[in-house]
Amino acid sequence: MAARKPAAKSNASRDDLLKYYREMLLIRRFEEKAGQLYGMGLIGGFCHLYIGQEAVVVGLEAAAKEGDKRVTSYRDHGHMLACGMDAKGVMAELTGRAGGYSRGKGGSMHMFSKEKHFYGGHGIVGAQVPIGAGLAFADKYLGNDNVTFAYFGDGAANQGQVYETYNMAELWNLPVVFVIENNQYAMGTSVKRSTKSPSLWERGAAYGIKGEAVDGMDVLAVKAAGEKAVAACRAGEGPYILEVMTYRYRGHSMSDPAKYRTREEVQKMRDEKDAIEHVRDLLTTGGLATEDDLKAIDRDIKAIVNDAAEFAKDSPEPDTAELWTDIYA
Amino acid sequence: MATEILMPALSPTMEEGTLAKWLVREGDTITAGQIIAEIETDKATMEFEAVDEGTMGRILVAEGTAGVKVNTPIAVMEGEDDTGAPPQTAPQTTPKQATGAAAQPAAQPKAPAPLAGPDWPEGTPMKTQTVREALREAMAEEMRRSPEVFLMGEEVGEYQGAYKISQGLLDEFGAKRVIDTPITEHGFAGIAVGASFGGLRPIVEFMTFNFAMQAIDQIINSAAKTLYMSGGQMGAPIVFRGPNGAAARVGAQHSQDYAAWYAQIPGLKVVQPYSAADAKGLLKSAIRDPNPVIFLENEILYGRSFEVPVLDDFTVPIGKAKIWREGTDVTLVSFGIGMTYALEAADQLAADGISAEVIDLRSLRPLDYDTVLASVRKTNRCVTIEEGFPVCSIGNHLAAVIMQQAFDYLDAPVLNCTGKDVPMPYAANLEKLALLTTADVVAAVHQVTYR
Repeated sequence: MAARKPAAKSNASRDDLLKYYREMLLIRRFEEKAGQLYGMGLIGGFCHLYIGQEAVVVGLEAAAKEGDKRVTSYRDHGHMLACGMDAKGVMAELTGRAGGYSRGKGGSMHMFSKEKHFYGGHGIVGAQVPIGAGLAFADKYLGNDNVTFAYFGDGAANQGQVYETYNMAELWNLPVVFVIENNQYAMGTSVKRSTKSPSLWERGAAYGIKGEAVDGMDVLAVKAAGEKAVAACRAGEGPYILEVMTYRYRGHSMSDPAKYRTREEVQKMRDEKDAIEHVRDLLTTGGLATEDDLKAIDRDIKAIVNDAAEFAKDSPEPDTAELWTDIYA
Repeated sequence: MATEILMPALSPTMEEGTLAKWLVREGDTITAGQIIAEIETDKATMEFEAVDEGTMGRILVAEGTAGVKVNTPIAVMEGEDDTGAPPQTAPQTTPKQATGAAAQPAAQPKAPAPLAGPDWPEGTPMKTQTVREALREAMAEEMRRSPEVFLMGEEVGEYQGAYKISQGLLDEFGAKRVIDTPITEHGFAGIAVGASFGGLRPIVEFMTFNFAMQAIDQIINSAAKTLYMSGGQMGAPIVFRGPNGAAARVGAQHSQDYAAWYAQIPGLKVVQPYSAADAKGLLKSAIRDPNPVIFLENEILYGRSFEVPVLDDFTVPIGKAKIWREGTDVTLVSFGIGMTYALEAADQLAADGISAEVIDLRSLRPLDYDTVLASVRKTNRCVTIEEGFPVCSIGNHLAAVIMQQAFDYLDAPVLNCTGKDVPMPYAANLEKLALLTTADVVAAVHQVTYR
């Protein structure tokens, strides 16, 4: 087993590090549980797990303020948990129950929370990108200083509407952070097999949009880059692109045969780059937390996830009358 | 050799225009490409260039004359060889009322007035207005009423609208609310949907609905389905509007009627008005509606005039058909420009002693089945009329509904008059064959009435 490089010392406070540890762990344990429930036939259809990418949303949420908005693709469970949506409501949506965020009518790929400013949960690759710019358009029109995070993957980065959106977002100075979650594989097609562009964020230069690449396995690096991007947007300097280099440990969806990469490649990332282990190192080697402190958090998270799973199993299926509701406002 | 200069056609649907200004005088030497006149169409004021060089002969139509038909001789050019008599003075045609700075749409034959319906109280004063003006007024009124309403699209601002629907709105509401977009339908439709999630009420103008195919994923997957997918938490209060269907001689990619496509989608509302009053009343309702509304207009109808009620706040409810003409022998059901053929056919049939009831659906989703079924139960015969393709048409759907719910009342099969099942040809004769005609409707009625 390859060894982790020791974590560089950080200036992050104990409280912050514990918070990030806790939030990332919640996503990972939640997703592991979702994988189990899927295997038991309690979750149907498509289910895209976020395991490995946790530092991206946790780091960026740490740079957000109340009122900021977020929108993403179908790999959305992590985003929802990170912005404070309730694990029970998310899990119950995965099982298609009345207690889910969309009362069972959306499923894994389609969840929303007006209260937490989470605008989905979109199943068409790239479609959330103009929607994110539109949310930013609304905030600018209404004259507030909110910022929208529009998340998309390296696969979506080849969709035409992304570039249509870049053009208008810069033209109209929209306060949107385009977050490219580059997990290196669009389903089974690696970035190298999709494009000859050496980097994805640099494509923004063609439209005059600033941006940068950031290590997405380092929550502190993500947060720092997020703060910079958000500050630019709030200062009226228009959109910003963050290409967050990350890695998905699990398949594209639950039915991924994983023929396009080796087990060794995945294991190497887990061993050397894992984002949760990174924060754990910072806490323990820095003397900021003991093993017992972290174990207590693990127990807490386990309880939350188990409760969510129980709720998702016990919550009734939606009333059959729900078939005909919410088609028109 | 003298040649006649003819009134030019400056848009696909132009039939007449105003000779706004002559920029040359009789006797002037003209070079090829020189701008000799300004001509106002219902869409824009255009400069008119000389094709050949020569000397300006007689000016036949004085400046300021409105309603000059395309191909009318407006002046005579003398070629270089002409050494004849000195140019005569122009005939003293009295210009009609000068139209002023703002280009006014050319006068059009007035369409028939509908039966006084429940849309406005009896005795309401009326004014004559084109569909174009009615649409513009609807948007302006709603933008005055709600600050979150804004208009976005290609050429809606500085150009004043490709079809002049948005003329003057930029001046009144400013660039924040009348937004010119790049040519990027997929992208700006998505941005507008996002803005509607974010609390605004966008009106998206597609230059034509043909171009909205680029954006159809955002219209259907994002706008129409989100309310349902979110369990009622958030939806898209948004209007997608623009001309739909064939204009004239613009070929296969610019001539499709999308009524049946959009009418299929749960979560969308779909309206397609015929008259100016309905255009105004329905557009105002569409802008206020909390759901995504597809608002299908028609380029040929833009310049047509109708009576519109003069009311402070006139709206027409979405989902209610209108009976334009009562009858006893057959029910004609149409919408949008199809109403032109339906009403013409009803006139011709009346002369043959056949009494046709004419229903304008106005809304295609929700569709007013009750009005159609009640009429069919009375007349026992139905012909549907629409410009779109025949397969999976609105008429097909109505025929199925009538068969299911009024089978015992039918004395003949329901017939569907539609456009032909071919891409729209360009050649004038073929285009005519591809389009629906009044004669098609009359023939169908004879078929179902067996006389």
